[in-house]
Amino acid sequence: MSIRIYVPRDSSALSLGANRVAKAIAAEAAKRGTELEIVRNGSRGMFWLEPLVEIETPTGRLAYGPVDTADVPGLFDANFLQGGEHRLLLGPTEQLPFLKNQERLTFARVGITDPVSLQNYLEHEGYRGLKRALSLNGGAIVEEVTQSGLRGRGGAAFPTGIKWKTVLNTEAAQKYIVCNADEGDSGTYSDRMIMEGDPLVLIEGMTIAGIAVGATIGYIYLRSEYPHAELALNEAIAVAVANNYLGTDILGSGKTFHLEVRRGAGAYVCGEETSLLESLEGKRGIVRFKPPLPAISGLFGMPTIINNVISLASVPIILDKGGDFYRDYGMGRSRGTLPIQLAGNLKHCGLVEKAFGVTLRELLYDYAGGSATGRPIRAVQVGGPLGAYLPESQFDTPLDYEAFASLWAVLGHGGIVAFDDTVDMAKMARYAMEFCAIESCGKCTPCRIGAVRGVEVMDKIIKDQDRAANIALLRNLSDTMLNGSLCALGGMTPYPVLSALNHFPQDFGLHQTQQAA
Amino acid sequence: MSLQDRNRKVVEASITRNKDKPGALLPILHGIQDSIGHIPPEAVAVIARELNLSRAEVHGVISFYHYFRQTPPGRHTLQICQAESCQAMGSGALTAHAKALLAIDFHETTSDQEFSLEPVYCLGHCGCSPALMLDDEVHARVTPDRLEQLLAEARRGQQ
Repeated sequence: MSIRIYVPRDSSALSLGANRVAKAIAAEAAKRGTELEIVRNGSRGMFWLEPLVEIETPTGRLAYGPVDTADVPGLFDANFLQGGEHRLLLGPTEQLPFLKNQERLTFARVGITDPVSLQNYLEHEGYRGLKRALSLNGGAIVEEVTQSGLRGRGGAAFPTGIKWKTVLNTEAAQKYIVCNADEGDSGTYSDRMIMEGDPLVLIEGMTIAGIAVGATIGYIYLRSEYPHAELALNEAIAVAVANNYLGTDILGSGKTFHLEVRRGAGAYVCGEETSLLESLEGKRGIVRFKPPLPAISGLFGMPTIINNVISLASVPIILDKGGDFYRDYGMGRSRGTLPIQLAGNLKHCGLVEKAFGVTLRELLYDYAGGSATGRPIRAVQVGGPLGAYLPESQFDTPLDYEAFASLWAVLGHGGIVAFDDTVDMAKMARYAMEFCAIESCGKCTPCRIGAVRGVEVMDKIIKDQDRAANIALLRNLSDTMLNGSLCALGGMTPYPVLSALNHFPQDFGLHQTQQAA
Repeated sequence: MSLQDRNRKVVEASITRNKDKPGALLPILHGIQDSIGHIPPEAVAVIARELNLSRAEVHGVISFYHYFRQTPPGRHTLQICQAESCQAMGSGALTAHAKALLAIDFHETTSDQEFSLEPVYCLGHCGCSPALMLDDEVHARVTPDRLEQLLAEARRGQQ
C-alpha cells in the first residue's frame, strides 16, 4: 500500500517553498523506488512551520516542518514515511499545542482534506448542511441562521439572519448571493485560507443562501491579489457542477444555483459592500448611499445577500448541526467562533479558531509565543487598517464585539497585527491617513480631502511644526471624518490615528500626561 | 503581425468572450491585461463601442483600479507589500533596498525594461511577513539578501 503524504498548496506555504518541497519529495521517492501519494492539502495555519509535511500513519498524522528541499534526502534516510526520528519531527499534528485547544468549526477541514476533492469533502461531513437545507423551506433555513447568532464576519458584525430575512421577504424576479472575498485588511488571511483550503464549504454556504432566499445566481468577488484562491475556487466549482451540487436541479431538488468567480482589481474600497456591487456591475468602485440597503436593492438593483467569506462558510455547519450548536460557543452577543489571524511581529503566526471570549493576551503569548524579535510587544492593531491600536494595558480584553466597542476599538475581520517596541506610532498614524488617501473612492469630501490633509498634518506633527496646534487640528479633522464620511474607509481611519495618539502620546512629542482631550 | 494588430486581436477576443456577461467591463479588462500586460490606449474606444459606453466611462474604470495599467510593464513585475503586518517585519527596509537596487521608485520601470516596481497593500501572507510577489510567484519572509537573489534569478531567466 502506498503511503499518503501531505504537502500544502496554500499560497503562504507556496511562498515558503511548498511546491519545491513536493517536487523534491516526489523525485526522491522515485529515485528510491518508494511508492507514495502526495496530497496537496490546505494549510493547518501554523506558518512558522510551513512548509509543513504530514505523513498519514495508522495512529493519525505526523508532522515534520518546516521542511526545506535540502532536508528531503535526510528525511528519507531517517525513514520519515514510517514516522522516523528526525530533527524536523514535530509529533502528531493534532496534538501540537497551537492546534490542540482550538475550536475549529468553520475551519474543520482546512489543512486536513484535499480542497478540491468532492469525495474527501463528503467523507468529512461536507454537504450535510445543504442536504438538510433542501428538506426545509426558505423561512426555516433563515430561522436556523438567525438562531445561531451568526454576525457578519467581514467586520461590521451585522446579524446574518436579519439580512437574509430581508432578502427572503423582498419579492423580485431575480435575487443574488454575493460573496465579499475582497479580503484587503492587512493582517487578515482567513478568507484566503478557506478559499484555498476548503473552497467547497464556501460554495455550499452560498448554495444554502441561494436556496433559502430564492436566489439563483451567485458571485464571488475575489481580490486580484489572490490568484491561488481563484484557481482553487474554479476547480471546486467545476467539481460541484459536474456532480450536480451546483447548476439546475441541484441533487434532484428542482432548485437552481449558478456560481461564478469575479476578479477585483486592487481597490481596497471594493471591500465595502456597495462599492463592491458597483464594481461587479462593471463600474468604478464608488460607494453608494444607503438606503436602499443591498438586501432590498443590491446587485443590478435586485435584492442581494452580500456576506463575507467566513460568514457564508460558517453556514453549512450551522445547518448541519443546528443553530443552537453554533450558538453555544461564544460570549455575550458574540456567538460562535471567530477565526483569528495572528500576524506581524509574532513568533508563531497563524490561524486560531476559537469561541469568542479568548483574550488578546492568551493569543499573543500562549498561542503566538510573544514577538518574533524577542522584544516586548508594544501595540497591536486589531481589525485591519481601520482598526484601533491597543496598548499592553488592554491585552486582557476578551475577543467580543461589545468589549472591543467599549474600548473604542473593533474586532473587524479578526486580524491581529503585533508590533514590538521599535514601532513609531506617529508613523503608523501617518500611514493610516496615507492609506485612506490612496484608497479613497473620492465620493465624499471628508475621506477624499480629509485623508490628504491628515497626511500633511501628521507630517507637521512629526517635524514638530507648531505641534500643539496641529494635534488639535488632527483631532478636529478626525472628528469630521468620523461623523461626515459616507462609509467605513473615511469613517474609521480615525480609529488607528486617534488610538495611536491617545495611547502613545510620547510618539507624537507629547508627555504621557499631556493628552489634550 | 504588428504589435497593434496583435493587441487588437486580444482586445476583440476578450470582448467577444465576455461581453454577454452582466457587468462585463472588468472581465474584459482582465482578459486584455492577462494577455498583454496592460490595457493599450487604443482598446478604450473599441470597448466603449461594443459595450455601448462612453470612452470616458471606460477610461474612468481603467484609471480607478490600481491593478489596471495603461503602459506596458517591464519583463518582471515586483510588488512589495506595504501594509501594517509587513511593516512590522521590516518591509520598509526591504522596499528601500529594492528601490536602491533597481534605482527606481514605485510605479516606475528600470531603463533596461527588466523590472517594474509596484506597491501592494496586503497579499494575504501576513502570517509570514514581509511578503512580495515577483511576477506570478509569492515569496514570504523575504530578507534583503533573498530579494537580491530573487532579482538575480529573474534577470537570468530562472523564474
